[in-house]
Parts: sequence; C-alpha cells; structure tokens
Amino acid sequence: MAKYILRRLSFLALTLILTSLLVFAVTQFVPGDVARIVLGREAGEEALEAFREKFGLNDPLPVQYLRWLGNFVTGDWGESISTRSDIYPIVMERLRNSLQLAAITLIISVPLATLLGVIAGLNENRLADNLISVASLSVVGLPEFVTGLILIEVFSRRLNLLPANSSVRQGTPFMDALPMLILPAITATLVLLAYIARLTRAGVVEELKKPYVRTAVLKGLPYRTVIVKHVLRNALLPTITIIAISFGWLISGLIVIENVFNYPGLGRLLVFAIDRRDLPLMQAVTMVTVLGFALANLAADLLYAYLNPRIRLD
Amino acid sequence: MTTEISQETILSRTSWLKRLTNGLRILYASPATAVGTTIFILFVLMALFGPMLAPYGFNEQIYTDARQPPSPTHWFGTDNLGRDVFSRVVLGARDILRLSGLGTILAVISGTTFGLVSGYWGGLFDEILMRIFDSLLAMPALLLALLLLGTLGPSENSVLVVILIVYTPIVARVVRSVVLSVKTRAFVEAARLQGESLGRILFREILPSVLPALTVEAALRFSYAIFLVASLGFLGVGVQPPNPNWGLMVSEARQNVSQLPWALYFPAGAIAVVVIGVNLMADGLKRILQAGD
Amino acid sequence: MKWNGRCIISESNNTLLSIRSLTIAYQHGNEWLEAVRDFSLDIGHGETVGLVGESGSGKSTVALAIMRYLGQGGRVVAGEVWLNGRNLLALSPTQMRHIWGRQLSMVPQDPLSSLNPSIRVGEQLAEALRHHMGMGQTTAAQRAVELLEMVRVPDPERVARSYPHQISGGMQQRVMIAMALGTEPQMLVLDEPTTNLDVTTQAAVLDLFRELIQRQNTAVLYVTHNLGVVARICNRVTVLYAGEQVEDAPTADLFRQPLHPYSQGLLDSVPQLGQHKSQASLQGISGHIPALGERPSGCVFAPRCTLAVDECYEKRPSWESLPNGRFVRCHRWAEIASGDISTRHPAQASTPPKPQPQSQPPLLTLDNVQVHFGLGRSLADTLARKPPAKVRAVDGISLTMQQGETIGLVGESGSGKTTLARAIIGLEPRTNGQMTFCQIPLPPTLSERTLETLRHLQYVFQNPEEALNPYLTIGETLRRPFITLLGYNRQQADTAVRHLLQQVKLPPHYADRLPHQLSGGEKQRIAIARAFATNPDLLIADEAVSALDVSVQAAILNLLAELQTERQNALLFISHDLAVVGYLADRIAVMYVGKLMELTETAVLLEPPYHPYTEALLSAVPITNPEVSQEHIRLEGDVPSQTNVPSGCPFHPRCPRYLGDICANQTPPWQTTRQGKQIFCHIPVDELQQIQKPVLREHHASEAHNG
Repeated sequence: MAKYILRRLSFLALTLILTSLLVFAVTQFVPGDVARIVLGREAGEEALEAFREKFGLNDPLPVQYLRWLGNFVTGDWGESISTRSDIYPIVMERLRNSLQLAAITLIISVPLATLLGVIAGLNENRLADNLISVASLSVVGLPEFVTGLILIEVFSRRLNLLPANSSVRQGTPFMDALPMLILPAITATLVLLAYIARLTRAGVVEELKKPYVRTAVLKGLPYRTVIVKHVLRNALLPTITIIAISFGWLISGLIVIENVFNYPGLGRLLVFAIDRRDLPLMQAVTMVTVLGFALANLAADLLYAYLNPRIRLD
Repeated sequence: MTTEISQETILSRTSWLKRLTNGLRILYASPATAVGTTIFILFVLMALFGPMLAPYGFNEQIYTDARQPPSPTHWFGTDNLGRDVFSRVVLGARDILRLSGLGTILAVISGTTFGLVSGYWGGLFDEILMRIFDSLLAMPALLLALLLLGTLGPSENSVLVVILIVYTPIVARVVRSVVLSVKTRAFVEAARLQGESLGRILFREILPSVLPALTVEAALRFSYAIFLVASLGFLGVGVQPPNPNWGLMVSEARQNVSQLPWALYFPAGAIAVVVIGVNLMADGLKRILQAGD
Repeated sequence: MKWNGRCIISESNNTLLSIRSLTIAYQHGNEWLEAVRDFSLDIGHGETVGLVGESGSGKSTVALAIMRYLGQGGRVVAGEVWLNGRNLLALSPTQMRHIWGRQLSMVPQDPLSSLNPSIRVGEQLAEALRHHMGMGQTTAAQRAVELLEMVRVPDPERVARSYPHQISGGMQQRVMIAMALGTEPQMLVLDEPTTNLDVTTQAAVLDLFRELIQRQNTAVLYVTHNLGVVARICNRVTVLYAGEQVEDAPTADLFRQPLHPYSQGLLDSVPQLGQHKSQASLQGISGHIPALGERPSGCVFAPRCTLAVDECYEKRPSWESLPNGRFVRCHRWAEIASGDISTRHPAQASTPPKPQPQSQPPLLTLDNVQVHFGLGRSLADTLARKPPAKVRAVDGISLTMQQGETIGLVGESGSGKTTLARAIIGLEPRTNGQMTFCQIPLPPTLSERTLETLRHLQYVFQNPEEALNPYLTIGETLRRPFITLLGYNRQQADTAVRHLLQQVKLPPHYADRLPHQLSGGEKQRIAIARAFATNPDLLIADEAVSALDVSVQAAILNLLAELQTERQNALLFISHDLAVVGYLADRIAVMYVGKLMELTETAVLLEPPYHPYTEALLSAVPITNPEVSQEHIRLEGDVPSQTNVPSGCPFHPRCPRYLGDICANQTPPWQTTRQGKQIFCHIPVDELQQIQKPVLREHHASEAHNG
C-alpha cells in the first residue's frame, strides 16, 4: 500500500509539472507581442521595454518558466492585465463559489446516480432498466446550456419559483445564496447523473455475470445477501473511479453552466479572461482547476486502493 | 489455379460488403439505434444539400420580416435581425458537422498513428508520449479547449486544432491498449517469425484488430465534438458571428428569449437531436462491434 | 448374479439423484437449439459417477441444469431431476435456496473467479455455515478453520484471514471443496474441478476428493473431459457426445470393453504412458464435433464413425439397457460386444526419422541458457532506483539436439519450458548463455537473425485460436512464408499453398476461408502447415495439442509425426502431458522451475532410477489402463514462483526423498545411470535404484478398481 501511495504521488507530481509546462508553453504561442497587447498601440518603445523588463519577458524561457512556477507555488500569482488587480484573491473567491456549486451537485447526484445505476443493472433489459437507460442517454446528449435554458424557462419564467440569474455577490450568506444555486446545481446534476448511472449500471451488469455470484447463489444464501454483500461490494468499488473521472465532466459542465446562469465561479472568470486575453489570469485559473482535478483524482484513487484488498494487500 | 485464388480478394471484399450490410441491418434491428442512425443520415443529408433546402441565406436579413413567430413563410420564425431561423439551422448543419467531422477525422488519424507506434514500440518513446498525453488528459476537455482558444484566438481553424489536440490522446490510448493486447498475440509473433516487415505487421496484421474499437471511439468522439463545437460557440470563444453555429445562435437568442423563444429553441433542439442521434448510433455500433462476430 | 444385485440396489431407496429424459435448449437468435437431448442418469448414495465429454458435448449444461442455474439463454425443455424424492425443476427459487448448499453443492472449474475477491476466505466459508447449520459468528468462524484443516490447507488460520488472490490455485480449489462440503450436502456436482491445476496438484486434490466423499458418504457427479481422472475417482461413467448420451457403464468395464464406437475412439485417442509412435500410431477420430445447429438427425456420431451403416444416418439409436448394468446408444452394439466389428485397427507404426548419432555435429546446442527478467517497473520505481524483482524463468539450461531428433520437454506451469522455447526461437531474448544452430552462433533477438535462420527454425503456437490472424484468409496467411522467406512470386506461392493444404489434409478451397470458419483442429492444421512451409530443420511445438479436444488431439499428433517422417526435421515438442511427450519423443527433458531435472531416452523413461521429481510426476499422471497400477507418491504444496526460486536444488522443499541440508544449500551434480539417464540430484544413482520401485506396474485385472 505504501508503495502504491508513493507511486501515485510521484505520478501526480509528474503530471502537475507536465501540465504546468503545457500551460506555460501554450501562452508563449500567443501571436504578437504581449507587451504591445497589454499596453496598447500608442505605447512607446521605452514603455514596452520597461514592461518587458518588469515582467522578465526578456529572460530565456526556462528562467521565465521557473520564475512563474516559483511564484505560483508561493501564492504570488501576479496582477491581472485587464483589471489591474491582484489575481490571488479573485481566484480564491471564485474557487470557493465553484466548489460550493460542485459540492451541492455531488451531494445530490452521486447517491441518486448510484441508486439509479444499481436499479438498472439489477433489472438488466427489463422495464426499469430501459427507462433509465433511454432517459440517461437522452440527457447525456443535451449540452448543459440547453438543459440550463430549459430549466430557466420552466422554473423561472413559467413557474416563477427560482431566480434565472445566479450572480451571487461576495459575502452573501449561504442560505440567501442557496435559491440561486439550485438551478445551476440541478443542471450539473443532470449531466453527472446520466454519466455516473450509465457506468454504474455497466459495472453491476458485469459483476452479476461473474462466477463468484453463482457460488454465492448456490450456497443457498438469500437473494438480498447475494446482492448486497457479494455483488454490490464489488460493483460499487469502481464507482469511486467513475466519480473521479466524472469530475472532469463536472468541471467542463460547470464552465458552461456558470456562464448560463452568470454564476461568479472559476468558469465564468476563465471565459472573461479569454475574452480579454488576460494571460496571467488564464494561467492562474487553469492551474488552480488542474490542481483541484488532480487532487480529487488522487483522493479517489487512494480511497479505491484502500477499499480494494487486491491493491491494499500487495 | 490463379483464377481460383484471386477470387479470394474479391471474396474477402464481398465479405466486407456483407459485413457492412449486415451491420446496417443490425443497426436497424434495434429501435433505438435505428432512430439514431436515421437521425445521423438525415443530418448528413441536410449538411450536404443544405443550400438547396434553405429558402434564405444564413446572413440574409429581411428587415420587414424581423421578429416573426413560426409561419408558413418562416417555418422556424425569424430573429431580431430578420434572419430566417429555419435557413440558419439548416445551413448551420453543414458548419457544425464539417468542423466536428473534420476535427474528429484529424484526431482519429493522429491518434491512431501515435497509438500504433507507441503501443508497438513501447520503451522510452511510449513512456514519454503517454506522460504527455496523461498531462493533456489531466485537464478537463473544455478547460484545455478554452486554454488553447485563449491562445490561438477564436477562428474555425483554432476550433479544428482544439478538437485535434483534445481528442488525439483519447484516441491514441484506445488504439494503444488494443495494440498492446494484440501485439503479444500468437498471430503477430508468427508474422515476426516469418520475417515480415514492420509496416506489414503494423498495418496488415495489427490494424484490422484495432478497427472495431476505433470505429466505436470515432463515433463517440464525433458526438462529443459536436457537443464541444456547440459549447464553444455558446461561450462565444469559438467561431464568431454571423456564422450560423447553433451554439452561437442560442447564445445570441438568449437576450430576447422571452420575445423570440423560437430563435433559441430550434437551434438548441437541433444540437440535442443530432448529439442524441449520434450517441444512439455509437451505442449500437459498440454493441455490434465489441460483442465479437 | 452380481449385476442383479446392483440393479436391485439402484432401483430401491438407494437412489439419491435421478435424472429422467432431460432435454435442454439454448437460444440462438430466434431459435431454440437442443444442447442436450434425452439425458437419464441415476446416482446412489455415496456413488461417484463420471460425466465425460469433449467441448460442446453439453456436459456442463447438464451440471448447471441439475443445479437449476442455466442462465437466461438456456431452458429445460423436458425431463425431470429428482433429488430425495423432489423434482428440482418444479421448485421455486425460494424453495431451491433450502436445497442449494444444504443438499446439493457444486465445485466449479475456476476457483479464483468463483471466490468473491473482496471477502476473506474464512467469511466466505462461514456465511453458509451460519445460514444452513444455524451456527453463531464464533462457532462458524472456528468451523471454517476446521474445514480448511480438513482439506489439508497448511496454516488454516492464516488462510481464513486471507483474500482469495493471496493464496495459490491449488489452495483456492481446496477452499472451494471445503465450501461445498462444509454444509454436508448429500449430492455434489464437480464441474472440471482439477482442469486448471498442475498434474501433481491435481493428484493430491483427487486423493482428497476420494477420501472426503467416502467419509461423508456423498454422492458425486464428476464432470470432466479427462478419462484418466475418471479412472481414478469414479465408480461409473456416462459418456456424452454432442448432447447425446452414448454409453453408460461401470468404470472398469468401460475401459476394458467400450461398446460405443465413440467411447472406443476416445480411449484410443489418448496415448498411454509408455506408448511410442514407433510402436503404434494413435487411432483418433476423424472430423470434429458438429456445432449446435448442425447435428445430424440419425445417430449424432454417424458422420465420424468408421462403422456407420445406412441405418445410422437415418434412425436415431435407442438407449439400450444391457443385462450387466450397462447402457449404450448404438445400432451395432451387439456386433461390437461380440467382437465381430471394431473401430480398432491392427496397430500401424509410423517410421520416424532416425536421429543422427551423437558423433555427428549437433543441430542445436544450448549452453547454460538463462532468461531472467525484471517485472514491469514503473517510472516511479526506476526513479527511486529500486532493484527490479527478478524472474528466473530459465535458469541455466544446457542441451544438444541432433538432426532429425525429437526431444520432448515436459514440465508443470512455471517450469519455464515455454520461456526456453521462446528464447530459442528469439521471441524472448536470453539474458545469458550461448546457442548455436547448424554450428552457427544464434543471436538472442529476432531482429539480429537472418531470414535464412528464420526459415530453418519455425514454431507452432499453443492456441490455434490466437495463432491465425482473424482478418486474413487462410490463403494469405499460408502464402506469406513462401514470399518473405523463400522469395516466391505470387503464382508460385499459390501453387505451394495448395500443395501444403493437401499435406495437412485440408481441401484447397480452404484457402479462401477466414479462420472463424474453421474448427479448432483445422486451425491447428493451418498453423502447422505455416510452420512447415519453409521446410525447417527444427520445429518447436509449444503445447501444440493441449487446447484441443482429445479426439482431435490424436489426429494432430499423428500429423506432426507424419510430416516429420516426410521432412526428416528435428522436433522440440513441449507439453505438460508426460504421456503425449512420451508418445512423440526420442528423448525427454524434465524441467522444474527453470532447471532441467532429468534427461532420458524415452525407451527407459519408466525404468527406475528416476529423479524424485520425475518419479512424482509419473505417479501423478492419471492413467486409463485398468491393468496398470501406480505407485502412490504425492507432493506437498505448489510449484514455487519464479521470482522466489529455492536455493540448492529447486525441488528440495517438496522432495519426498529430501536428504537434508545438502539439498537446500548445494547445487546437485549431474549423474548418469546405467541406462544412460542423466539425473540432477544429490542422491547417488545406486541408492535411488535401491529405494525406488517402478512407478507403473501391470497386474491382474481383478485387483483393479475396487474402490
């Protein structure tokens, strides 16, 4: 197990280094002169040179990369080019908001999706399964902005139950912000629900076909014991991995959803940064997201390894 | 004697054709996949013959007819600039299917090449390539796409590059995993023992075994590519106005959704229908191709 | 009078399980095809009945139907299964739950996948005890340990706390046995329970079965394809072919005088220990088992039967009850019983190539060949500079082979025999040692070898299903060696392919087929044809028949022998099956965990002295000849892992003739016996000669099979 954790950690470190290199490299390919883009057309040659000197743009690339990485690790994320303010506090606030939304989504979707998946899997090719499968297949096909807009139309415009705009202000108490979180969370839930349920179903169906299930049945154990003790124990283990993979979907989904509902999270910040070609802000948001995604995956992998005797006892 | 054996090439071709018709027959055997395949074929036809079907141009503004609800003249109504929504949806099919289709093909070609070479050779090259792909996959797809678009700037070519870079690692991994399982199979080793060349081993011995999984993956990638192109359009970072990209149309129509809901719902519906259709088809393909012959 | 007594007993209350005209169908598309037809069988208390058949015979289907566990695709069309006076087929699943485990248990073929991977072994045993025997937590847990002890699991407490993947295959199967017998059922169904085990482990597990079954007076249906196993454990045998019961007889009677042509063929297909191709070629059965939808309407065996007459094709024979407690389904059984007709022809010997004398320059020499490899190291391990775990698959093998000679290489799983073959062929580069081929040094890897070398050194793979590219026609597969290695043009290659197909007894139009249109035996013929295409000097065949049914296996062995006679090539034949190796080889090399233990002429294989491992192997091989009895030598434990090879003599931890520290610490010397055997052992050959008896002894028929 210790060996496994070590391997997993070194793998994480390597991935993060490579990703940061990628994030750094990508921004180097921006066509045109960064100083010129930032300072505008009227800036004089001296001002440009001063800007380059100030931000170290004249240094060789490896030096720039290491400085950038060092600054990032120490929390010095620089200044946003478009808003001229410190990046760190903005990103942190947005991160909090995004995490809040993600947490609510996961709390609703994971148990529900697992339940639906198990029901479908245990009733393979029967009515319940077909209903769940067709419904989830249709939801998977809908882009988040379409589901989001449908939900706004129904719950906000027609029924007037919930706000269509979720632009929560900083410092709003959670209970006041909650109504604004519901529609975005439901939208994200629908995406995850279908995804997790489909994979859980596949896991249950596969597990039911394994010979050890036959052994358990032929021992004469009650159906409930066979399912709960034998099948689900093994079938639900991969759900941890499935949920970890679905974080990627969740993040992608949230980027779109935050823009549908004007929710002040990282996704909206990222699109804003891209609009303004605000490179430092783009880098910071990307790095934070990647880091969060990687840590979530790590946690899921470790939990999986811990619960799986085949890995734990190796 | 030669005639007898040269029949074999024809024979194996007819067997491929047979497989294709069989495949279609099986696709149409289950109602879900039949619907999916039909939808896909309809949208492809729409993309091919769009200009003949659409009564107006995609950016043709008829000021007198602006903000009209659906009617016999404007089946899907018009938007606030007086553009015929039906024409834009029909013409948008070509745009979105071309971008996502071309992007998928590029990603499949590069992913297959990387996957074949990396899987067969193994060693350091494989190790390095896989770590790079891992780090690309360590970013959620849309995040990577946005990062790339933020760098390249919004344009059709950028969207193509984005699809290529985002999906190459995924396709490469699928291909690589099949190659890894096939290359140690006896028939590949037998070919090596018979002194076959590397090219023949890769393309004649291994590639056919990769094709079923690759076809399924390509279909899935295609449906996600449509999704991605539409989402990028919606976020306003992909193709730019006045392009009839469905995502972009949805985004533009949002401002006036209470007055002109049709301008939003028809393109949104088009996206949903085509993605679900391709998904259903991919699901069917998966069942046919990966359940064994 | 004796048979009369038997009959009375089986008709009386002694019958525990009674199967009446069971017909089972499987769904194929929209059709239901009958997989088993009209199957009837009675099993009395404490009786062990063998159900023998090849793949596709429907034997596992019968087992699952008895268990009421056919799955969605299968259905009992007609018939009854009576257990203790209740028809199981009429019970509801809830009622079956009281029967499963309590009255009726099953031990399946693959123990690892049949155990729940994430529940401890002890708990998997205990849960059934709590459920059926009304035991509490602690009692059940204690009883689980006792059960493990009963099936001779060493250190039962530790095993009870283990997860299935932490114990060896032999131990896993013992756990399955403990699980099946723990609830003391009256009826046990064993579905190929030893098929995946090594022969020495199999022998120990079979002993265990026999002992426990007798002690608990359990009735057993033993499903297997292996006639030797049946001979060792069953009182009676029922033979199944293509879903049809063809013969049912007491074991000894069946082996002495099989009445159905298929039973005869089956027995003659398996080489006996000591049988050599130069004495008599194997009889075998031509053709292959018909697929589910293609079964003939008359006698199912008629198309493959050498005795078939018109009636056999037209009318289905009835299940004849014979006066001595036997049953047979054949129109001509009376003629066969009287000895008027027989499938058995007078022995026909093949004339194998004479190996060139040792004085001639050798064809192949191996000098201290080693293949060690590190287990897959991750990048993290490499960065941490961890030494790789070393697998010593082949650990110093020296051997010479003459032109035209056949050497049989025999060993259990993990012996390194396949790795050695792959090292010679160049697929697995050796890490140390030298090889020469035709007196020229043989480079370790394939890429360093010339096309000329490849041409003369060819290989037949184990599994015919994997040996042919499923997407290439047979013609294209066979054409390639002529084009790449012999430089033929397309037209010449096509002619050669037709000729080649003829030599492996397949019609020329097979060139247009794809592999999935061929049967397993036909695929292996193609694989052999491909290897012979370039007329190699040395052919290596790795377990070339072990994936095939026995009736097909005989034909392939004969084909190999025939082609060798014709081409005069040398053959290195690798197998886990000592009898098969003994049938083909001039000399036999016995391997154990990467090392050679013994090298002997086949003619003196059965004569003592033996290496103690060879002795144990000979004693473990299941034999079908009722006239022969076997010395009883059983090995403890399992074959050690190649990552952890014992020091000194690698066999010392299991050796029944262990001398002491010298075996554990020092590498044994090579000794030569009077007959010219070479033995890798510390015990002096004279001493071995004194203490060892011949493992196989012929004796009077009356003594055999009274157990």
